[in-house]
Amino acid sequence: MTTGEPLIVLDGVNKWFGPLHVLDDVSLSVGRGEVVVVIGPSGSGKSTLCRAINRLEPINSGTITFDGAPLPAEGKALAKLRSEVGMVFQSFNLFAHKTILENVTLGPVKVRREKPAAARERGLALLDRVGIANQADKYPAQLSGGQQQRAAIARALAMQPKAMLFDEPTSALDPEMVGEVLEVMTSLARDGMTMVVVTHEMGFARHAANRVVFMADGQLVEEAPPTEFFANPRSERARDFLSKILTH
Amino acid sequence: MSVLIDKFDVFAGGFWLTLQICVLAAIGALILGAVVAVLRISPVPPLRALGTGYVNVFRNMPLTVVMFFAAFGLPALGSNADFLRIPGLDAIFNRLGTDLPYFRFALIALVLYTAAFVCEALRSGVNAVPAGQAEAARSLGLTFGQNLRYVVLPQSWKASVVPLGSVIIAMIKNSALVGFFGVVGDLSQTADQLTSAGGYAFIPVAIGISVGYLIMTVPLGALLDRIEKRQAVAR
Repeated sequence: MTTGEPLIVLDGVNKWFGPLHVLDDVSLSVGRGEVVVVIGPSGSGKSTLCRAINRLEPINSGTITFDGAPLPAEGKALAKLRSEVGMVFQSFNLFAHKTILENVTLGPVKVRREKPAAARERGLALLDRVGIANQADKYPAQLSGGQQQRAAIARALAMQPKAMLFDEPTSALDPEMVGEVLEVMTSLARDGMTMVVVTHEMGFARHAANRVVFMADGQLVEEAPPTEFFANPRSERARDFLSKILTH
Repeated sequence: MSVLIDKFDVFAGGFWLTLQICVLAAIGALILGAVVAVLRISPVPPLRALGTGYVNVFRNMPLTVVMFFAAFGLPALGSNADFLRIPGLDAIFNRLGTDLPYFRFALIALVLYTAAFVCEALRSGVNAVPAGQAEAARSLGLTFGQNLRYVVLPQSWKASVVPLGSVIIAMIKNSALVGFFGVVGDLSQTADQLTSAGGYAFIPVAIGISVGYLIMTVPLGALLDRIEKRQAVAR
């Protein structure tokens, strides 16, 4: 599981949207191979936290370190860092004008300069891994939400990232499709991928996470292994949150 | 109405010259407008400011004033816009190469002015592409240029093409101004020739001129309608 120095380190991170303090002095470190699930009420800053790690949201103060080096400023170095951090979005964000296979191979071919044939082969293998190899030549709009999200995971994996960020990956899905996406994520976690997952899926947090992080009002309120967190939340906010989502 | 038949060659010559100006100005404005649009959406603040400044100046100034600056300002600066005497191009568009620089001045003014509107049409297309598309591209490690080239622009042209067409149609009509800035023999200036110098009645001449402009603008408008309909089906 966790070995050596942590892969992702946030130290005293602050971020404001105008007067709104969305990240309030957040410090967090994620070890190599660790799966951290971030939960909390909406508006608590958990998506922003996730997006700050690959600088889709620039922060106002504090430091974020990835693989031993601080996040670079906008430019070539940042592009390189982003290519090493996979990101999966709530709304999939597959490239609408490209087929599923083209979505998966665009990064490897254009960013990594891989040979198209090799990228294609690996892309097909990844699509097979997420169970949609037969959809390779279709366009995103022709797929169900669950299939699109699995394609988006394959697209991120095609870059052979050191870590994967999931920003509410199942929140836009119909209930019957949540399972197929979580299954792919669970198998990734089992294979030792470093993951930061923002989600409302408590089942996933229980069985796949090494650590649960609870956020409220931009602050990191509590962090604990899932069994401990769900059985014995220490903070009032976490108890309140859990009572609201676990009673029905 | 006999003027339309008797002086057909004058109308045809005016039409041909206006068409030349419009083709050249459209090419120039599309290129310059694309450059300014890239500046305006670039992640580098000084470049963005430059693009925004350009649009603010040329979109908000009357074309007549831009024409004045080109026709009087450039000579004052000692330029006859000779850089537009592009070898090869001036063989097809012979007015580019003639000694009188007014064709080139008018062309510069029309390009500078229209490029501001082209920029905004292109930018509205880019803004029509959902932000998540560019975000996904960035998160894969694509650079700004790759992001535009492979992800954003291929999706944005659909939303740009109709407003772009309107900009070009407006430009064709705006080109009627060049006759007042020394360009002899374009479509609108032929009216002046035929009525003041030739003594023909104004209304038949004006009808002839109008037909000339409509021949250029109506097919362009029809083409845009077709593109728009095809997109509606595809959606």
